[in-house]
This record gives sequence, structure tokens and C-alpha cells, in this order.
Amino acid sequence: MNTAMITFNKNTVLALAKEGKRFDGRKLDEYRGPIEIESSISKSAEGSVKVRIGDTVVIAGVKLSLEKPYPDTPNQGGLMINAELTPLSSSRYEPGPPQMPAIELARVTDRGIRESHVIDTKKLCITKGEKAWFVMVDIVSVNDAGNLFDAAGLAVMAALKDTKFPVVDEEGNVNYKEHTDESLPIAKDTLSITIFRVGGNLLVDPTVEEEDACDTRLTVSSDATGVISAMQKGGEGTMTIDEVMKAVDLALDKANFLRGKLQ
Amino acid sequence: MAYTERLDGRKANGLREMSGKVGVIPNADGSAEFRTGKTWAIAAVYGPREVLPRFMANPKKGFIRCQYTMMPFSGTGERIRPGRSRRAQEIAMVMDKALEPVVDLTAFPNSVVDIFVELPQTDAGTRCAAITAAAMALADAGIPMRDMVCSVSVGTVDGTVVADLTYNEEAFDGHVSDIPVAMTARNKEITLLQMDGHVKKEELKIALEMARDVMSKIFDVQKKALVAKFAEVPQ
Repeated sequence: MNTAMITFNKNTVLALAKEGKRFDGRKLDEYRGPIEIESSISKSAEGSVKVRIGDTVVIAGVKLSLEKPYPDTPNQGGLMINAELTPLSSSRYEPGPPQMPAIELARVTDRGIRESHVIDTKKLCITKGEKAWFVMVDIVSVNDAGNLFDAAGLAVMAALKDTKFPVVDEEGNVNYKEHTDESLPIAKDTLSITIFRVGGNLLVDPTVEEEDACDTRLTVSSDATGVISAMQKGGEGTMTIDEVMKAVDLALDKANFLRGKLQ
Repeated sequence: MAYTERLDGRKANGLREMSGKVGVIPNADGSAEFRTGKTWAIAAVYGPREVLPRFMANPKKGFIRCQYTMMPFSGTGERIRPGRSRRAQEIAMVMDKALEPVVDLTAFPNSVVDIFVELPQTDAGTRCAAITAAAMALADAGIPMRDMVCSVSVGTVDGTVVADLTYNEEAFDGHVSDIPVAMTARNKEITLLQMDGHVKKEELKIALEMARDVMSKIFDVQKKALVAKFAEVPQ
């Protein structure tokens, strides 16, 4: 997309936002539809999902592997979350190693899940200091029509819930072709919601045009009890404490809404 | 058991002993160091200068570009492998965002102001110390700024809201949250906000208000350091 187009869209979005409107007619706190989660889409992964929010589509897959635990946590397995913004998903992304937006997406999603202890990593340990399960989640964008943050968070949570341990044979080798019925030890459903400020108004689930016009965003990860496990402010703008608290209220409310979509 | 007495005896809103100095790197256009407890950040500013690689240049205005590096021996655990980790890249990006709102580079199109921060010794709160030092270095370099930026982390340890957490507090056995905050010195607008751990909405509000209230103490250190240097300049 060329810069002239981006500027045109930005001005239109800003003019509408000042009146509290959005160009697709949604309310500021309304998500696009449909919101769909399709599980077990990849037979090669231990767990996988395709998540759709409107036209935004991401795929998340989980691979498990048996590794030596880290020296500082000998009785725990581990969790790693990575994100790839593929050139397939938007003309804005180029081939090559992950750039800053992909790194931020992965790290913000990772922190929300990790800090709220969604997975009890102690239960992933098989032999202390020798062998433990490591959970590797990859988020891949398929169509970026805005709000990859919420889609990625939802996809990771759904993919973890879809995951089944592979079979381990008598010699201790993992047989990835066969899976047991055993699921990951998941303690809670933590979702991250990103609130965007466009033209002075807070809104959820932006399109790409709204993301371009936003000056500040705040990502809030929370569980069903309303405990916040991670936050990150992005964008060039500043926020007041009141604005932060308003964004937190909205994010907690929308996290409950999206949690309803997870079975 | 609630966390009523802090591990190092500070009050809940007490900051560690701080010191600041500007002009510590003669080669740089501006430089500063900031220490809070055992955390020590050194910042150098080079620029405005030509942007390399050139395709990043913005013909409308100049921009700032931070780099954050923990020295390999500066951590509390094992040696940190040199080279830019994903963590360091992300911190550099949030530092850009924390400083950008106050920096005015419209007079310097096609140029960049590079800010390099190195930490020789750390005990938590590194990104906050880095931002505080970087803001001082920018001022020392004479970069046009609308305001200063001050930064400190607040958080909760076992339900108690505290300011300027140490590593031992972050590692406390119980619910802990770490909330790095940066604010503009005069209007107290938030330019950096991150959080990880376990916090309730009510605690978050108290923590942000505590950050706002202690920010002036950091600003005092910055101001004192800048005045100390420029008072020396012969008239």
C-alpha cells in the first residue's frame, strides 16, 4: 500500500473517530464478526488452531519436545512463543528475519501467558535436571486485516488447549506420529486485549486503517478473575492515569467476551 | 503474611539512593549516567546526524533511535551473551516511544539522533534507569525538548504497592507485579507503561498514582546533574 493511500485513510478515520464513529459502522467497543476458532487444523502439530476475527486470520501451532531443563529451573519444563508476520498475509511484510512488530507481538503475547502461569511448568518435568517437556508455540499471520494482537492471544490460548502429548516409547524417544489423550496442564484462560486510541477515543478490534490512525495503544492480559498479568503501552502518544484505567476496564470486559468463544 | 516491611527497609514509596551526572562521555554530543541502588545506566547521544542506512531517513523530520545493552557481566545470574536479544530490541523500541513525545526534531529532516545506553551493573529497573539517563543525555546534547522524561518502576509485592523494586523484590515468593512507568516531568503524562506479574485493577491505580507522586524526586536528580554541568561553563 502506498503512503498516499495510508494518509487518505488516516484522515478519514480520524475525522470519523472525532464523532465517535467508525467507517464500517461498528460501535467503538464492538468486534468484527465472525469470530471463529477452528481446532486441530494441522495434523503435524501437537495442537493447532485457525482463528478468525472478521477478515483477520492467524494460525497458531504447538510443538512439544523433550529437552534438558534450564540450569536455574531444573524441575520445570518451558514455554516459548514466537510470531511470524508473513509476506503472505500483507503487502506490508517482507521476507526475512522477524522485525520489531513480530518481536513485540510475540513478547507481549508470551508475557501474558507466562506471567499468569497458564501452564504449570513444574508438571512438565519428567526427570529433575534431565528431561522435561518444552512447549513451543508459533503464531503465523495468514491475513492481517488489523488487530493481530487479540487474534494472536486468542489463537495461542486455543492452541494450548488443543494440544495432546505425543507418545513416548520405552527407550524414551518421542513418537510424533501418535498422540495420547493427555492434554497440557492448563490452569486458566488468560487473554490479551489491546485497546487503541484513535482521535481521542478508545476503541477495540481496529482495522488496519484504524491501526494506522491510532496514536496510542494499551495491551492488557487478564484471567477470568480479573487479575492482570501483563500490560504494554505502544504508539507515540501519551496517556493519563484516568485513560489507562478506562482502557483497563474495557480490556477486562472484552477479555470476558472473547473467553466466551473458547470452549 | 503481607509484605509490610521491605527487604531493604525502605518505605513503600521510597526510592533507592539515586545519583546522576551529565557529560560523562567526552566523545558524545551529550551523555549522562544515572544510578539507582545497584542499577547503573550510562547513556550517550550522537546527533542529529546522517541516517544510516539511508532508506530509514524521514524527509519531514529527524527521529531518535535507542539501543539498550546490558554488559555481559552485568546480570545477577549467568553471563549475558553479547548481541541484541529480542528483549533488548523490545526495550530499545519502548525507550524510543517513551522519549519521542518530548523530542522535537522537525528542524532536522533526514537525520537521526542515536541514543546508546550501556548498563555495567544491574539490580532491576534497568529500562527505567536507561530512560532517565537517556533523557538527561538528550538535554545535555541540546536536543530540542518540550519536557523532561523521568522513569521508575512501581509494582506490588504480595499485595503491597511499592516503588522502585529491586531484583530480590521481583523474585519474592508470592504475587509480584513489576510496572515500569515513564512520565513527562511537568504534565505527568505517561509515555512508557509496561507490566508483568499479577495485579488487580485497584492495585494498578494506586501504583500509577504512586509513580506520579515520586516522579519529581527523579526529576530533581536530573535537574541537579544538568545544572551542575552548565553552572561550570565560564560566562
